[in-house]
Amino acid sequence: MGDSEYAIRVDGLRMRYGTREVLAGVTFDVPRGETLVMLGPNGAGKTTTIEILEGFRMRSAGAVSVLGVDPARADETWRATIGIVTQSWRDHAKWQVSEFLAYQGSYYTPFASPSTPRPWPIGDLLEAVGLTDHAKTPIGRLSGGQRRRLDVAVGLVGRPDLVLMDEPTVGFDPEARAEFHRIIHAVTERWQTTVLLTTHDLDEAEKLADRVVILAGGTIIADGTPHELARQIAGEDEVRWTVNGTPHTRSTPDSTGFVRELFRHHGDAIGDLEVRRASLEDTYLALVRDAETPRFEPIGRTAA
Amino acid sequence: MTTTALRSGFRAGLIELRQNFTGAALIGQLFWPVATLVAIWFLRDMTVAGARLGPLVLPSAVGMFIAFGMLLTVQQLAADREDGTLLRAKATPRGIRGYLVGKFVNVSATVLAYLLILLVPGALLIGGLSITATGWLTLAWILALGLIATQALGAVFGALVRSSRGAGMTSVPVIGLIAISGIFYPITALPGWLQAIGQIFPVYWLGLGMRSALLPADAVTVEIGESWRHLDTAAVLGTWAVAGLILAPIVLRRMARKESGSRVAQRREQLQQRVG
Repeated sequence: MGDSEYAIRVDGLRMRYGTREVLAGVTFDVPRGETLVMLGPNGAGKTTTIEILEGFRMRSAGAVSVLGVDPARADETWRATIGIVTQSWRDHAKWQVSEFLAYQGSYYTPFASPSTPRPWPIGDLLEAVGLTDHAKTPIGRLSGGQRRRLDVAVGLVGRPDLVLMDEPTVGFDPEARAEFHRIIHAVTERWQTTVLLTTHDLDEAEKLADRVVILAGGTIIADGTPHELARQIAGEDEVRWTVNGTPHTRSTPDSTGFVRELFRHHGDAIGDLEVRRASLEDTYLALVRDAETPRFEPIGRTAA
Repeated sequence: MTTTALRSGFRAGLIELRQNFTGAALIGQLFWPVATLVAIWFLRDMTVAGARLGPLVLPSAVGMFIAFGMLLTVQQLAADREDGTLLRAKATPRGIRGYLVGKFVNVSATVLAYLLILLVPGALLIGGLSITATGWLTLAWILALGLIATQALGAVFGALVRSSRGAGMTSVPVIGLIAISGIFYPITALPGWLQAIGQIFPVYWLGLGMRSALLPADAVTVEIGESWRHLDTAAVLGTWAVAGLILAPIVLRRMARKESGSRVAQRREQLQQRVG
């Protein structure tokens, strides 16, 4: 693939604050149209990475290209193609929802092209994020979940080619979370928008991600589809079934093949079949534990 | 392309103006100009060097409210940095430019509203003003220069203060400055060295300029050198305006460069710790 087929290319990215190294050589690519979820414990460097991609933070070393441009030297035309959702917005509390979206959208009008009309029509956008009934509500009076949906809407109003979201679902109840997932799916399908988002929620990563990277201790410690990652570490699915009422359990790397064989041998005698996939959570916890353990070992102890 | 920033900024300025002057916010907006008007009404018939104090103070207070544009700018910049408004602008193409246009429109219009609240009832209740065509012209150019100078300076200080608490502190020196700028009594009553300090800053010149625009010609006898000193007024306000316009983009750019999501979050935590 050429450069134009990647929305993001990061190679050997380093970030140092004084003597503390937050990013120690991060490398990953995001092809256009992909949804990449970045997982990692607190302090792993997720926010720092996203802020470097946003062009809001200068890196110490490494090569970064976002939509073909180095964000450290990007201009307003580039800015118009990026949508940003950060962790804590409280701005424009007195503005009405639709008024604010229309205002934000007005900045994108000069960046429209026949193939990419900008901004996203406000009525459609409100409907997409489920805020049509709150179009006239002052932003300060929205609930937490509604407020976050508005933030997502503002991130999308310019019809960006790439959306960068830093923990967009923090504080969501399960319903709001499901709604958010629906919005992201709709946007990525409709516009082929590339999405990079960070989260702590493994279930969320599994639902949204085409691909997952895990950042721990300042480096990428895993990179793959959720299923690949789960396989890579936890390895095996668990299959439970009964034959004539007697329960059985077996772990297998190939659950589909195993079940096929099972039916060939026992046919109608099989009951209560249950396949539990190796979960991303198992992988994640195992990987992060491995990556973090040596870092917390006090240096002096081995000598004593 | 720049016209988008202008148009969008104008839009933001007017929307926020409407917010400032409706509902409960209106009371806060009316308080200071009305309180000032009441104070002037009480001292209207006192005399200074044979002249009624009321007509002398009313235009001076108008000048003072033009200078308040600086404080409004400082406070809004600090508040907007804390709640993420500025970061939002930064994440938007030409958003910072639009934001600044919006602030200028909003603060200028707010100052204009203050002037109307002071002048319309003031002219009727206190009297003694002389309103002529040349007077309006004088008022217009001094007001324009004053709005640019004070807000450019406000943007510089607003970019430099660390928090909205720091922004509140900037009103202390401004109040001190008002005391030595001949707003509530003629500057000539002060010792010479205080007069000299007062004449460095815009407040004195805005007061003088407004008196020259709104008072009859013979009121000039109370002033330093018995002159309205329009040339000096233009020179001092112009110098502050140019200095502000040179410095503001530099410090604003430095401030905007440092904004990021984690910074806004960090400030928010600090704020909560202070409140909690």
